[in-house]
Amino acid sequence: MWPRLPFQPEQASSVAKGVDHLYFFLTFITLFFTAIIFLTIFYFAVKYRRRSDEERPAEIAGSVPLELAWTLIPTLLTVVIFIWGSSLYFRNARPPRASTEIFVVGKQWMWHLQHSEGAREINELHVPVGVPIQLTMTSEDVIHDFYIPAFRIKKDVLPGRYSSIWFQATKIGAYHFFCAQYCGAEHSGMIGWVYVMSPADYAQWLSGGRSGETMEETGARLFTQLGCTTCHISDGTGRGPSLLGLYGKPVRLEDGRTLTADEAYIRGCILTPFKQRITGYPPIMPTFQGQVSEEQILQLIAYIKSLHVEEGKAKQ
Amino acid sequence: MSRTPAEPTIESRVHYLNVDYGVKSWLLTTDHKRIALLYLASITFMFFVGGAAAVLMRLHLVEPQGALVQPETYNKLFTMHGVVMIFFFLIPAIPAVLGNFLVPMMIGARDLAFPRLNLLSWYIYVVGALFTLLALLTGGVDTGWTFYTPYSSTYSHSNVILVGLGVFITGFSSILTGLNFIVTIHKMRAPGLTWFRMPLFLWSTYATSVIILLGTPVVAITILLLALERLLHVGIFDPKLGGDPLLFQHLFWFYSHPAVYIMILPAMGVMSELITCFSRKRIFGYSAIGFSSMAIAALSFLVWGHHMFVTGQSVYAGLIFSALSFLVAIPSAIKVFNWTATLYKGSISYDAPMLYALGFIGLFTMGGLTGLFLASLATDVHLNGTYFIVAHFHYIMVGGTIMAYLGGLHFWWPKISGRLYPDGWARFAALVIFVGFNLTFFPQFMLGYLGMPRRYAVYPPEFQVLNVMSSAGASILGVGYLIPLIYFIWSLRYGPPAGPNPWKAKGLEWTTPSPPPTENFEETPVVTEEAYAYSTKEKQGG
Repeated sequence: MWPRLPFQPEQASSVAKGVDHLYFFLTFITLFFTAIIFLTIFYFAVKYRRRSDEERPAEIAGSVPLELAWTLIPTLLTVVIFIWGSSLYFRNARPPRASTEIFVVGKQWMWHLQHSEGAREINELHVPVGVPIQLTMTSEDVIHDFYIPAFRIKKDVLPGRYSSIWFQATKIGAYHFFCAQYCGAEHSGMIGWVYVMSPADYAQWLSGGRSGETMEETGARLFTQLGCTTCHISDGTGRGPSLLGLYGKPVRLEDGRTLTADEAYIRGCILTPFKQRITGYPPIMPTFQGQVSEEQILQLIAYIKSLHVEEGKAKQ
Repeated sequence: MSRTPAEPTIESRVHYLNVDYGVKSWLLTTDHKRIALLYLASITFMFFVGGAAAVLMRLHLVEPQGALVQPETYNKLFTMHGVVMIFFFLIPAIPAVLGNFLVPMMIGARDLAFPRLNLLSWYIYVVGALFTLLALLTGGVDTGWTFYTPYSSTYSHSNVILVGLGVFITGFSSILTGLNFIVTIHKMRAPGLTWFRMPLFLWSTYATSVIILLGTPVVAITILLLALERLLHVGIFDPKLGGDPLLFQHLFWFYSHPAVYIMILPAMGVMSELITCFSRKRIFGYSAIGFSSMAIAALSFLVWGHHMFVTGQSVYAGLIFSALSFLVAIPSAIKVFNWTATLYKGSISYDAPMLYALGFIGLFTMGGLTGLFLASLATDVHLNGTYFIVAHFHYIMVGGTIMAYLGGLHFWWPKISGRLYPDGWARFAALVIFVGFNLTFFPQFMLGYLGMPRRYAVYPPEFQVLNVMSSAGASILGVGYLIPLIYFIWSLRYGPPAGPNPWKAKGLEWTTPSPPPTENFEETPVVTEEAYAYSTKEKQGG
């Protein structure tokens, strides 16, 4: 690779081309205006060079039409760039409805990734080509950032909350991903590879890399081990609320707020249950802070989400 | 270039440099000109400290696996480079050195409004700098100059508190200097010097002072909060303690984005002085340039969120911040067009200060236009946190501020020292700096687009070619900065006398002898014309 000077990163996702088009347009604008300024300066500097120390050129105070022109033209141009950049951003930010979810936990200084089917990876991510993938990400410690240049996507990975990002790979191959938010000593070692595979290869990889349990199954096992089943009974007779069909539904809290029970809400309930108690239940749930890792929380969430799907056929 | 040495000898006359001798006469001075020189010495020292760190970083990055140091040390190097250059060089550079020297002289006053406060500002700066240097000598700090939490508040094992204290203290130096300038410009202008007759350097110094007064307290509070969390474990930023890590970024950038304008606005002021003098023209669009400074000062407080597009900040907030960021680009564009138009039908000479000024226009234009890539949401997602950002802000800060600072120093050096420096060397240095700068930072735009993240001590081998180019440029740039240091020091002793006005420039500072007497003017000058009245012959000062 040494002698080849690359000018463009691979375009390997569905959004890469769109971003590049805007990038090229901006490059053109930059070169165009830089050239205008450079050439004008050069022309003036030569044409009006000082020929005698006695020269006193005539006064020119300014020109209102010129001021208006070079205020309005750049303004119009930035409006165009703003609309282009923003609409593309909004289009790129919205994930398609049916996307496969993969969970990412950043910690000093490695990436842990887990597929819903159970396969776990460290600093590697295998994905099928042409399938929209959504990454749900959190951090065990400081702020990290998940960045895949070939896909033109990037998002901070924060402790204490979930961020998400999606992509649809369009080209089979191996691409770098980087941590793009400085996170300490080995920040520059926090890099890895995305392997984009054909669907058949991916299916084969998935069955080979299987840990024996899906994330749901691990979550269900944890749910029992941690004693959650003592209170959260699916028919609603327990001391805690039934979690059946909880995910995605609005919940009324003791302090009067109404929230949607999403990943962040469930995570909050596990770590600080007293802060978001559902109305009508006693404050008896202990905190699990320090007892479960971010990855285990994601597995528990995967399990609780599955209770939503399986309509009354809970495995409690 | 024909310069007539009008003075007999510099030594035969009493001026601010020879009015008193000895260390005490300097350390207890309240003369704004002497304080300017105290600042000049201190910030030059800090510049070479920060520069040494940069040179080590670039040497290290010649090899993908890192040629020089461990990653921990590399992290401390870029942190030191950032902290020292931003807080101890770029922010004070033009206001505290050139501003201190020039504000009273340009308005025809004896001194600043509060001369003792001015000396106190310098002492505060020195104390802040000493704390920071102490932190660097006792192990350094590894958080990056941005101090992002919770890394800085909980996880870093380095001297965060000591450096934080240094930055906190030096902030007060800026605040007091800003206050001093505002009062001075309001109350002490010479008879006839109305607001719209003021040189544009004063307008931009005024705008800068307003930003300093409003913004700096916020970063001081932010550092205090960080210290509270780090020392007493009060949960403010770390989610494990119940805090919000993004709150820090909001507070930090609320100051640190305006701080970018604290660094560039004075440079723009210097530009207006240089362009007019060396094209012997009145500035094109005086009020457009003056008002655009004030517009920048106001808008600069409303764009901090553009540093946070990929943090998970609301997409609608991102939309607003993007729009406002495009808006703040317009006044800067207006200035560039006006400076260029000032050259039209002028009488242009290519003395060293003018070479820096022309270099500024080119580099600042590129720095500004590449800002559009980052204000635009879709492209920022890809470029944020990469070398593209590094290149962009170095085009503004180094290509803009340092070029203008050096241009200004070369322009007013004959006034400050009373002596001329060798013109050929000065032009040569300007050229070396321009070439070295572009070779260092242009490849970094390409690296960023290719996806190389910033703050990487080791990197994948495909980025090596561009990194080697950048490192080669940095060594040229380093040499370029050493040349002026040598001939400025040389000129103090051996330079030919400059006379009161070697450039035949307009402005009150050129009507008094070089170096000026302690009281600046023998009698208070009366201003009867607009700034930059270059069509009439200049008065010969005594």
